[in-house]
Amino acid sequence: MAVLLDKNTRLIVQGLTGREGTFHAKAAAAYHTNVVGGVTPGKGGTTHEGWPVFNTVHDAVQATGANATVIFVPPPFAADAIMEAADADIPLAVCITEGIPTIDMLKALTFMQGRGTRLIGPNCPGIISAGKGKAGIIPAHICREGRIGIVSKSGTLTYEAIHQLSKIGMGQTTCIGIGGDPLIGTSFIDALELFAGDADTEAVIMIGEIGGTAEQEAAAFIKAQFKKPVVGFIAGQTAPPGRRMGHAGAIIAGGQGTAAEKMDALTAAGVHVAKSPAEMGQKMRDALGR
Amino acid sequence: MKIHEYQAKSVLARFGVPVPRGEVALSAAEAGDVARRLGGSVVVVKAQIHAGGRGKGGGVKLAKSADEAEQLTKDMIGMTLVTHQTGPEGKKVGRVLIEEGLQIERELYLSIVIDRASACPVIIASSAGGMDIEEVAASHPEQILREMVNRGTGIIPFQARKLAFGMGLPGATANKLTAVLQSLYRAFVETDASMIEINPLIVTKGGDLLALDAKVSFDDNALYRHPDLRDFRDITEEDPLEVEASKFSLNYIRLDGTIGCMVNGAGLAMATMDIIKLAGGEPANFLDVGGGANADQIRNAFKILMSDKNVKAVLINIFGGILRCDVLAQGVIAAVTELGVPVPIVIRMEGTNVEEGKRLLRESSLNFATADSMGEAADKVVALAKAKK
Repeated sequence: MAVLLDKNTRLIVQGLTGREGTFHAKAAAAYHTNVVGGVTPGKGGTTHEGWPVFNTVHDAVQATGANATVIFVPPPFAADAIMEAADADIPLAVCITEGIPTIDMLKALTFMQGRGTRLIGPNCPGIISAGKGKAGIIPAHICREGRIGIVSKSGTLTYEAIHQLSKIGMGQTTCIGIGGDPLIGTSFIDALELFAGDADTEAVIMIGEIGGTAEQEAAAFIKAQFKKPVVGFIAGQTAPPGRRMGHAGAIIAGGQGTAAEKMDALTAAGVHVAKSPAEMGQKMRDALGR
Repeated sequence: MKIHEYQAKSVLARFGVPVPRGEVALSAAEAGDVARRLGGSVVVVKAQIHAGGRGKGGGVKLAKSADEAEQLTKDMIGMTLVTHQTGPEGKKVGRVLIEEGLQIERELYLSIVIDRASACPVIIASSAGGMDIEEVAASHPEQILREMVNRGTGIIPFQARKLAFGMGLPGATANKLTAVLQSLYRAFVETDASMIEINPLIVTKGGDLLALDAKVSFDDNALYRHPDLRDFRDITEEDPLEVEASKFSLNYIRLDGTIGCMVNGAGLAMATMDIIKLAGGEPANFLDVGGGANADQIRNAFKILMSDKNVKAVLINIFGGILRCDVLAQGVIAAVTELGVPVPIVIRMEGTNVEEGKRLLRESSLNFATADSMGEAADKVVALAKAKK
């Protein structure tokens, strides 16, 4: 088993005909993913790299039975693409795009309320279920099948965690990049709930960063009801206050959102917190007593 | 993007938020002219820098005449203002705002930001205006009022009334607050602001509301659709190296350590700074070269790092997903050959085509130290930076 994405996933790519869309559609297909088509407005009726292209997500879903979409659409149009996916009732939408205006995401998240689509991201590397498939840009060759789930705000730190685990022989179930923006579709808690319900996931690595309070909220959730071991890492222990560290959401504002307060909250919730980003794999081995 | 107070007030005024009469001045003579135009018995001279706490640092002064405003401006322009937000190095004052003096009855606090957890804008209001709001929140949390704004409705008048009466305003002023809040919310949404803070919002002796101070910052991701707001950028407020890096679309933040970092991905870049610190060193910067870094970007990144004279050693930490390690290695070799980097370089790379990348580095005639893990890389670079001193 895995979460969100498995052998039954039928994936479309919004922005399939673009450079990124094409590259990652091929990479996903090469990694066992059932890619069934793409959406590029104005190019409906054509084929691209052998896949049918549709003008709208509605058309694509109707023709292909798609149940997931990955969005590679430039920032000014990405919120629109997210809302279109939600309107087509597609259960899973993964948005990779970085740089979407916050006000646009506010509209998109408001639009999605009460609809049946789960949004992952934006500004994220997407999802990979080891050995089963992927939607996004996580390099597949570093993954191996196993029993650890990963949830992370950061792309390359996710790769780092996957690599550390794989190197010591601990494979993964599903790795979820939730994104580094202030407004995102799926939170740490949402991801933890999914892992709680997945019998194959025996423990979770959770990677947070400065800014906001999502890690503290996750800590409270873990303390109250998450039974599997969790290893945590928070990036930005040395970040200066008031500066936005690359990610739109990574900023210590008014003394709030520091790495220290997040690490304290996680530690208090029983999470095995790695101080060093080089120790995430090792911490997991310790936590599981192997 | 941060802007100056006088710019923030011009934006707010455009949306109907009442602000004091005033104009910016770049010289003493201009300040005198503005003061004479404003008339009245008192004007205020306010240093314009991108940091709060100006009053305590001597950046806000009262002048009883135009001549005095001129003199105060002469003293203020060119001075380095140090406040609790500027850091010890302070910020140089390049312009001042000359404003009418006002009779203040009460000082309130108003701001609007996005609440991440509930994904909606939130209005924060307090009767304790004119003070550091974080301190108020810590010492008197009951004096902080919040109203979440529904995207569909905007601010509903009852929400404004709740805030007004919650701050103890009389009925007539409460109605005025409703108008101010509606203007404020429109300004927030229509300019793609990430924060608007009015501290203080004053109640005058005549019962009017005015934004006596204003701080506005905009969402960088939305500036593409606001060319007029982009013009507010004042690069003299920014670190020159950061300005240079931004021209190359490099995500660079200058810090005060000795170890230059070049990393792909914001999270890994932060984590690299963290591990340098854990290894006993101090990072000289945050630098995310991005996921698709090519040879040009790597050369640009080296140029920026080498412009910081504090840098004693460089750590390159790349996790190649889309970015291939062999391409990275070629870029690093080309850049170092061309620029002649005079400090030791430690390279840790992992991911796609890593073996080929390592072979290229080994077989180049250049002297790189390599590492197989982040921990090893940090230990090596810290040792090299210390040896260099």
